[in-house]
Amino acid sequence: MATSFIGKPKNRVDGRDKVTGAAKYTAEFHRPGLLHGVVISGTIAKGRIKNIDTATALEIKGVIEVFTHNNTPGLAWLDLSYKDMDAPPGDPFRPLHNDKIQFNMQPVALVVADSLELAQYAATLVKVDYEVEKHRTELADHLADSIEGKGLRAGFTPPQSIGNFKEAYADAEVKIEAEYSHGAEHHNPMEMHASTVFYEEDGSLTVYDKTQGVLNSQHYISMVFGLSKKKVRVLSPFVGGAFGSALRPQYQLFMATLAALQLKRSVKVELTRPQMFSFGHRPITIQNLKLGATTKGKIEAISHQAYSETSTFEKYVENIVNWSAKLYDCGNIEQIYKLVRLDVYTPLDMRAPGGATGMYALEAAMDELAYKLKMDPLELRLKNYTEEDMSDGKPFSTKTLRECFKQGAERFGWEKRNPEPRSMKDGNHFTGWGMATGVWDAMQVPARAKAEFSADGTLRVGSATADIGTGTYTIMTQIAAETLGLPLEKVTAELGDSDLPFAFIEGGSSTAASVGSAVQKVCRKIAKKLLKEAGKIKDSPFKGAGLEDVVFSDEKISDKNDPSVNMTFSEIMKSRDLEKIQKKYMLLPNMMNQRKYNRNTHSAVFAEVKVDEDLGTIKVTRIVSAIDGGRILNLKTAHSQILGGVVWGISMALHEDSFMDHNFGRFINHDLSKYHVSVNADMPDVDILFVEEPDHVVSSLGAKGIGEIGMVGVAAAISNAVYHATGKRIRSLPLTLDKAMTETAI
Amino acid sequence: MRPFSFTKAGDKATAIKVISEAEEGKFIAGGTNLLDLMKFDIMHPAHLVDITGVALKNIEALEGGGLRLGALASNADTAYHTEVEKRYPLLSQAILAGASPQLRNKATDGGNLLQRTRCYYFYDPATPCNKREPGTGCSAINGYNRWHAIFGASEECIATHPSDMCVALAALEAKVQVTGPDGDRIIPFEDFHRLPGNTPEKDSNLYENEMITAIDLPPKGFSENFTYIKNRDRASYSFALVSVAVGLDIKEGKIMEARIVLGGVAHKPWRNKEAEALLENMKSTKKNFENVADAIVSEAKAYEYNQFKIELARRSIIRALMQAAKTEE
Repeated sequence: MATSFIGKPKNRVDGRDKVTGAAKYTAEFHRPGLLHGVVISGTIAKGRIKNIDTATALEIKGVIEVFTHNNTPGLAWLDLSYKDMDAPPGDPFRPLHNDKIQFNMQPVALVVADSLELAQYAATLVKVDYEVEKHRTELADHLADSIEGKGLRAGFTPPQSIGNFKEAYADAEVKIEAEYSHGAEHHNPMEMHASTVFYEEDGSLTVYDKTQGVLNSQHYISMVFGLSKKKVRVLSPFVGGAFGSALRPQYQLFMATLAALQLKRSVKVELTRPQMFSFGHRPITIQNLKLGATTKGKIEAISHQAYSETSTFEKYVENIVNWSAKLYDCGNIEQIYKLVRLDVYTPLDMRAPGGATGMYALEAAMDELAYKLKMDPLELRLKNYTEEDMSDGKPFSTKTLRECFKQGAERFGWEKRNPEPRSMKDGNHFTGWGMATGVWDAMQVPARAKAEFSADGTLRVGSATADIGTGTYTIMTQIAAETLGLPLEKVTAELGDSDLPFAFIEGGSSTAASVGSAVQKVCRKIAKKLLKEAGKIKDSPFKGAGLEDVVFSDEKISDKNDPSVNMTFSEIMKSRDLEKIQKKYMLLPNMMNQRKYNRNTHSAVFAEVKVDEDLGTIKVTRIVSAIDGGRILNLKTAHSQILGGVVWGISMALHEDSFMDHNFGRFINHDLSKYHVSVNADMPDVDILFVEEPDHVVSSLGAKGIGEIGMVGVAAAISNAVYHATGKRIRSLPLTLDKAMTETAI
Repeated sequence: MRPFSFTKAGDKATAIKVISEAEEGKFIAGGTNLLDLMKFDIMHPAHLVDITGVALKNIEALEGGGLRLGALASNADTAYHTEVEKRYPLLSQAILAGASPQLRNKATDGGNLLQRTRCYYFYDPATPCNKREPGTGCSAINGYNRWHAIFGASEECIATHPSDMCVALAALEAKVQVTGPDGDRIIPFEDFHRLPGNTPEKDSNLYENEMITAIDLPPKGFSENFTYIKNRDRASYSFALVSVAVGLDIKEGKIMEARIVLGGVAHKPWRNKEAEALLENMKSTKKNFENVADAIVSEAKAYEYNQFKIELARRSIIRALMQAAKTEE
């Protein structure tokens, strides 16, 4: 059938617009008279603003206003009003609220002028005096002053210990204990955060915002500024990468909205690259792992403990220590998760939050155990493979991890591996092979979708979700086209508009399974209506037929058993004198059924590295990633998703580190020449394979979200490969050359 | 960015005249560093004199066997120039180890010499920095100094010069041709850049309102035995933690002359002639190379986060000498 698309490697439907520049991003929307706002960032980590002198800036012709805490009107006075849909427990940061400084680079003023250049210049003339208080920003120095990592938050499962770890560990024949750490990371999407707020004649706002959830931004503006949602429309048609940084409304949205409402003018605020380091990062953790096993490699005891950072005003929690019970058949698991409050901005979900860092430590520790046992690392994982989550005893909806191990190992050539460290030397380089497992959640959340089929044979489907480069437009189009039997060109997908039906914030790898399913269902409703109308036509072969009796393909309805009996859509619409068919659908996850299972994606990651031990250089030369991601909706965009995850895994392993200067309590390498993200020259061959098994518990499509799983496990696989190459255990990321050249072998 | 005025100069004389008359004037050519510095509000010239229209783009043979690189020749055109590739491959290699293709297309040879340090604190106006604002203090000495100097630093400044190209030019003993209000002069490369001392705001020994017109390469190019090694935090688009340029003149198994210059370790390309002399008339053995490396790093002084640079420098010198001399392990 020409209209079968699901699973095929289809090009992005928005690809052409993106490469030709036709796709417009938030900061690219203009209207005559638009004002430009430039944010002034604070320079201390803690204290208060004594004085802000804006007089010189305001003297310049073309400078309209400088907003500070002194002239920002009293807004919503409840902290609750600032709570966006993704806010962790606590009191959200309120921009320009008072003179208090809670973190370095806190926005302290907004300069608004006729042009961007003027606003930038005027910003250099604003003088801010501070009263400095002693800050604390170093996690390692304050572990004694920690609080429990608990709290209500969507997607967060409080740590849960099972069995008796202490006893089992004491009795274990073989044990390892190790501490792992890693740097902070900032998301650094290519597109900087921006908000363009158009002030309409009737006082309503049309807001273009860089966001993963237009409804979250709309909710925030409505609550903070006391506006009816009818007066606030938020749009975000294209997002130039987000990785979690646009889950929560960021302060530029507040700033632009404030200025627009106060000045009754349209205002745009775009952050600078250094300011991209002023909100939300992947939190630093210090993790301690203890594993105990029998001499034959049966794991008897696991303890995973993590200290992580949060701000003084919110309690950011993520799943760092929760994963071992999903992977290993062990009855005694201890999970400890502690937070330390520091004078930093609240950490922010970043691709596989908690999983990327927690699984790094767990899977590096597994490698250490394998060596202590003199056992192949893959064999150790297979020996302790579990078909249920040990913490609740429930089975997995689907789990093809065993097959991922098998196919990944074959593709990589794992069986040829000599387990001896330092066994592969070529000139100045030692080669090493390492592997690790990845796991992530496969969530489905409620979502609404609408569809409109027109007599000209075109279909529009819409939902207020986002496409942050993941390919949501494309899979929505594919699903709709296949469900109704239309060519891709006749389907238009709409998203990123608060006028569209409800969808959750695009995050947690849930969109394909949620919005995708809603699109499928709403198209089924259109199909049903078309069939019903077809049945009403005189002498119709489809009188009384149900969807199960027919096939929708190639723009017609055909009898399932006799394709020669068919009616085209245009024939039906014309005969029935129909202009349009419109339907809505609300997808509610089947909680009764879903609750019976653990729903996860998995990965098996194999890495090859070459290490120049003298000079410390580590080069990743090969990655094989085998993915358990349910049914794959688009082989091409799915491949890109996993590839992007692997690239970031390499970047996390080797490069990324937002370095905090504790003298200033300030991230000091705040631009892309100093904050190193992997470049093309760092990239190896990346071989990706999918071990598909449709998961109809997670979604009717059989899909499980794959936005995050590609990253999980990559850093551990690389770290383990470095050990195999050199015999050195480096237990902190990134694996920079200074560590590789100076750490001594154990 | 602050307001500034702008003039395009068509010849050297005009350029010098305009800049001499301007207050807080700066030349601009490729602009790959200056524009960033202006956007970040680190440098704020009131007047820019665009010299890209001045006829200084040529690369041409010098009488007596050398090669002249016009100050406005792009880094890319220089690195891929047939004569440079053939006779000065060390320079070609060093240039190509720096920046990215886009930057090398835009950046000029003269500008490469005048690029400023990439010290984190120099780039962050929220922190004290003696190079940016003399007298405010050095944040790097007790801060995050992973990228910083291990040679020739002062209490005032521990920044490094970021160029790769200059490391090779120092090894080749290039000469910098300059012109200014008081006429033309020639500055030997080793005297071009300065150590920070108590005037870290000054990167070079150019006088006020002088401009570079050319860089002259002497006839000797070490094209038989040379190496440029660059150690950095990622494979491209990253400044050197430690780099080494080596040129050896070997005759009948003996080293006649050795040039060893380090990058990323000091306020200027770092050369130790006494240590180099240890190799004169010596054989290309690992032992001899180790002795030289030890002698060079014996003067090094590290800070909290750049301890590793001393050993990295030592090993890189040995590796570079081995490669240049084609010595087997």
